[in-house]
Amino acid sequence: MIMNWMKLIPGSRTRRIVWAVLILLLCMAPLFMTPFRLGLFTKFIALAILAVGLDLIWGYGGILSLGHGVFFGLGAYAIAMYLKLEASGSSIPDFMSWSGINALPFFWEPFRYFPVAFLLGILIPAALALILGYFTFRNRIVGVYFTILTQALVMIVVTLFVGKQEWTGGTNGLTGYRDIFGFAFQDSGTKIALYFITLAALIIAYLLCRYIVNSRAGQVLEASRDGENRVRFLGYDPSRFKTFAFTVSGALAGLSGMLFVLQVGIISPSMMGIVPSIEMVLWVALGGRGTLIGAIIGAVVLNAAKTGISEAYPEGWLLVLGGLFVAVVVLMPSGLTGLWNRIVRIFYRQGGSEHAVIRKEG
Amino acid sequence: MRLRSLMTKGWAISLVCMVLLSGCLSEKEPATTTSGSNTQAATEASGETIKVGILHSLSGTMAISEVSVKDAELLAIEEINAAGGVLGKQIEPILEDGASDWPTFAEKAGKLLQQNKVAAVFGGWTSASRKAMLPVFEQNNGLLFYPVQYEGLESSPNIFYTGATTNQQIVPSVTWLLENRGKKMFLLGSDYVFPRTANKIIKAQLEAEGGQLVGEEYTPLGHTDYSTVITKIKEAKPDIVYNTLNGDSNVAFFKQLKDAGITSKDLTTLSVSVAEEEIRGIGADILEGHLAAWNYYQTTDTPENKTFVEKYKAKYGSNRVTADPIEAGYTAVYLWKAAVEKAGSTDVDKVKEAAKGIEFAAPEGKVTVDGDNQHIYKTVRIGEVGADGQFKELWNSGEPVKPDPYLKSYPWAAGLGE
Repeated sequence: MIMNWMKLIPGSRTRRIVWAVLILLLCMAPLFMTPFRLGLFTKFIALAILAVGLDLIWGYGGILSLGHGVFFGLGAYAIAMYLKLEASGSSIPDFMSWSGINALPFFWEPFRYFPVAFLLGILIPAALALILGYFTFRNRIVGVYFTILTQALVMIVVTLFVGKQEWTGGTNGLTGYRDIFGFAFQDSGTKIALYFITLAALIIAYLLCRYIVNSRAGQVLEASRDGENRVRFLGYDPSRFKTFAFTVSGALAGLSGMLFVLQVGIISPSMMGIVPSIEMVLWVALGGRGTLIGAIIGAVVLNAAKTGISEAYPEGWLLVLGGLFVAVVVLMPSGLTGLWNRIVRIFYRQGGSEHAVIRKEG
Repeated sequence: MRLRSLMTKGWAISLVCMVLLSGCLSEKEPATTTSGSNTQAATEASGETIKVGILHSLSGTMAISEVSVKDAELLAIEEINAAGGVLGKQIEPILEDGASDWPTFAEKAGKLLQQNKVAAVFGGWTSASRKAMLPVFEQNNGLLFYPVQYEGLESSPNIFYTGATTNQQIVPSVTWLLENRGKKMFLLGSDYVFPRTANKIIKAQLEAEGGQLVGEEYTPLGHTDYSTVITKIKEAKPDIVYNTLNGDSNVAFFKQLKDAGITSKDLTTLSVSVAEEEIRGIGADILEGHLAAWNYYQTTDTPENKTFVEKYKAKYGSNRVTADPIEAGYTAVYLWKAAVEKAGSTDVDKVKEAAKGIEFAAPEGKVTVDGDNQHIYKTVRIGEVGADGQFKELWNSGEPVKPDPYLKSYPWAAGLGE
């Protein structure tokens, strides 16, 4: 029975056992964490979903996006709009009346319904990624030029959201909701349920990305990272594969944003800005670009470090965190996963072949 | 093969360690239940000391303003502790950094309430940070003292507002300007919630009190090029520029205004976010003669203020200045102390009940907690910047003004904020 169930997990037998134990441990997390810590941990896991998607395009596709804050934010706003409407009851959201409009804008209407809001929270960022990807990759805009475009996207969207205060809540963002389907966010039951939902979403996102990178499409994607022209000579159109990966990545960022809002209870334009977008890339870089598990570890470790260090040294935590960044960049150029691989190589110099170390883990 | 499986194992081990580590971290803290029970825990878990949270931006763009407020709050706590504490117990401040980031404010507020079980939190500056913390305090039945003037239209049962609401700063200053400096007004503000809401109120007031709106401009936060705005001001020929710019933009605006040859003699400007601290940054020579509306200046003439300024400078350096939000943060700690002593407990509900009508001789003069909306009665003051960077008071309301965050007592404000 258990063995059958474990066949769902890919890889060798040892690998399966390791994963099963790990997932079991994660499932037991609510037992040994206070509700507050569990909430924080859930937030880190939600952000890890974005990191996996970002790693898909950066680690495997060689596309550096400094605009993932936007996709994240769009997903977050979608669910926040639903929650805000729920919290406002029959009247319009409070910030609209301050800003001088008396009727709900038409595009807010669909967000009254949870399934619609949920789907739009994934589809809108995915569609935006699709459009951006389609027009840039097809025109062979690559490398740093694409990265600059994603930064421009951030500027445009943030300015729009700040400026249209009557529609978006301006710099304050959307906040002031306290329950979903009548379950208060503060109850430990809700927290545990959200934890498992978020954990399940992360596992699905991981398996999806794993499936993609191991598929033929993933191989073409990786090949076009290393030699785009060669891929083209072989008769493939790299732009289609890149656009596809970028769209998936955008959708995952949207999902991540939705789960983030459920934990944090606020979304504002500052969270989709340039600094958070760069921070997201840092998670992947620190964890180990090109290994999906590295992206997850990077997101969780870095955010946990941010919270932990700022609690321990509220007045000097940025210096400590900055020092750690420098140390990581200098000592571990390929991130935490790279460090691990190096340690393994040192201990197993005689046993293992170099090849096995270099090959990247899924 | 062996290598691969070892690598996998290693990964798993490190992940497991991580999970366990975070588990251990959380174990150290008192494990308790969640919602609503914070009030009780705060009284019981205090033991020798009473814990309070201090939650301001100690890093990021807002740090320059908020660190001074934190200093003033710590000064008040130190004074109270030296005088024997509260209910015979010493106050233990727990510092957290909001990092100028609104979700961080929400996260740290949750940490202070749920992990540290603090009896009260003093913190926040921007409206956005307050809005982010509000649901956290309401859900955990915590107590927040918010020390900055703001746009009103809010009254949370879990927040005490020790800064001014609109009828204690903006509304009376507009009336004074219309009576003394002319009718044509130009509204200039940073593009965010406070200026937009403030200007909405001012526009309704101008209509009711016979003023005339000749222009309205918003610039992004941190904007530094005001040449086009100044050209527009020149064309509109206002009597008054009502300035709700925030932060660095003020430096740029006033410098460029002076460079354009416009001085305070040619044009009256009144700012609501320029205090002594900002004057230090902009330069007294540039701001000389310009006006501001607040409830407190370092020059405010009360015996309490003399002592306060002396103590603040003695602790933090003679080059430091005090300003309105700094004073409001200092006052907040004493108001909380008075309420706790009256209640005989740090239980949030009891403290709230006891706080109604509590009076305190603050540096700004007598303040009283309003029983209905948890704002405080404050004296309104209009000041003019002098060559020394200090304000000279031109007018004050004579007595503390009753807070009216929803402007219910002003017929023209009907419909602004429901």
